[in-house]
Amino acid sequence: MNKKQSGLLEEAKKSVLLMPSVLLLLVFFVAPILLTVYYSFTNLALSGENARQLKFIGLSNYFTMFKDRTVRISIGNTLVFLLGSLIGQQVLGFIIALNMRNKNRVFRGIVGPIFLAGWIMPEVVVALCCSTFFGDSGTLNQIFSFFHLPQVEFLFAIPMLTVILANIWHGTAFSMMNFQSALDGVPADIEEAARVDGAGPFQTMIRIILPCIKNTIATNTMLNTLSTLGVFGLIYMMTGGGPGTKTLTLPIFMYRQAFISQQLGYGTAISMILLVIGIVLSVFYTRIMRND
Amino acid sequence: MYWKFRKTIPYLVLTILAVIFALPLLWILLASFDANASQAVKMPSQWTVENYKTILLNRANQRAFGNGLLISLGQSVLVVLIAGFAAYPLSRYELRYKNMFLYTILFMTSLPITAVMVPVYKMFLTVGLYDKIGGLILFLTATSMPYGIWLMKNFMDNVPVELEEAAWVDGASAFDSLRKIIAPLMFPGICVVFIFTFSGSWGNFFVPYILLQTLDKFPASVTLYQFFGQHGMVIYGQLAAYSAIYAVPSIVLYVLSQNYMSKGFNMAGAAKG
Repeated sequence: MNKKQSGLLEEAKKSVLLMPSVLLLLVFFVAPILLTVYYSFTNLALSGENARQLKFIGLSNYFTMFKDRTVRISIGNTLVFLLGSLIGQQVLGFIIALNMRNKNRVFRGIVGPIFLAGWIMPEVVVALCCSTFFGDSGTLNQIFSFFHLPQVEFLFAIPMLTVILANIWHGTAFSMMNFQSALDGVPADIEEAARVDGAGPFQTMIRIILPCIKNTIATNTMLNTLSTLGVFGLIYMMTGGGPGTKTLTLPIFMYRQAFISQQLGYGTAISMILLVIGIVLSVFYTRIMRND
Repeated sequence: MYWKFRKTIPYLVLTILAVIFALPLLWILLASFDANASQAVKMPSQWTVENYKTILLNRANQRAFGNGLLISLGQSVLVVLIAGFAAYPLSRYELRYKNMFLYTILFMTSLPITAVMVPVYKMFLTVGLYDKIGGLILFLTATSMPYGIWLMKNFMDNVPVELEEAAWVDGASAFDSLRKIIAPLMFPGICVVFIFTFSGSWGNFFVPYILLQTLDKFPASVTLYQFFGQHGMVIYGQLAAYSAIYAVPSIVLYVLSQNYMSKGFNMAGAAKG
């Protein structure tokens, strides 16, 4: 046996313990990704003629997609949901983290868990208690009537804003925690020096604090984007994508096409949009983490 | 006067925000003990535990909680074992493809699983894994592998190699030293991975919803959704009680994980499964 062969053998021996996970990842992670690409070029259907004859139809699904008005609507909805959630969660998370700094311990001990609770709750519970909170005779409408404000059918009149608020309620704590640990890392003496030099709170914020935590903002945005893109249950349970197409995001549209209209091929083509965005962002994310 | 005012602003802001954040959950808590619960937060006119009793004594609900427990436990145990094995060579040996493998894993941690569910469904139909709890557990395990391996490797890196060297001299295999030396030393890390996986799995709605079909196999996440869809707008008390019971494991596990979380543990990629 030459040196190279024995090297390979040695390498293989060392990797034995890796094999179960590699196998799992290949079968249940890599294969589905490849299948996603493949199916998006086929006429795969759950029932009917096409179910029996799987055909390669080239870019057909993609052409249909470009012409499909609902695709454009759902891309738009996804972006609105994404931006609304991102801005809401991060701004609110930042405000909370900033205000929590150096506060009374007991106060933090009471307030902190309240913010965290929304994040710890499973998705179904979030959808459920937000549905009732925004319900026609729910808590928010009760508060409105207490202040003699008009009643609002939140889930019907402003469904997108409502699901965004629900997602903000759920996700803010994640950003809050990230910002808390980042703010802890801002050296107190720099801040102090700026203050001595006559910088106001606004200037300190723009010139000192934000530049110090810009990496956290970037990572946090990336992670939130990736998880928000995949949100299915929350919207599905609160509005089902409706009324009409008002809260129809890509995951819900994908679900409808695949499981209600039974067009798996077309549904997969739609999920390709998500997958491609996901892959691009993940590459960026990996780059950032690598350089840390 | 001005200074005093400025000092109270943060408290005021936080208090208002906290009250708003607390209201949706307060509803669950109060409505679940209310004999005449409505959609809005209110003090129960008549306190009762009847809602909890009804939910807990129901056969179908018991099975749903059992299924959820089985799925989450199965997935967590598998993730800890398989990711633990994988972490060993990655942490201890020089391997040529190691960095590439690790970056691929890191890359995978953040991919949205939602995007591949339709093909997975088709794949499961084709190979006969559809509507099988075992198949569901395997898929969920695979989706947790990337962050599982990533975390396990990082925790294992913190266990000094010197401790193992003595064992190697005595002829112990990698498996032996993994079991007898490393595992006990990185127990808190193992707990973190276990807890992360368990609570992610317990809260997962989409994957079991797609990959299971039989009512009897659904975990609590799916049955709670169905309960919500069918009776949710009528029996608020029971709905709230169901949600409260279902949320308990997530809360307990979160509190537990805080105890195991070592200082400086800030691997953002894993925090959101």
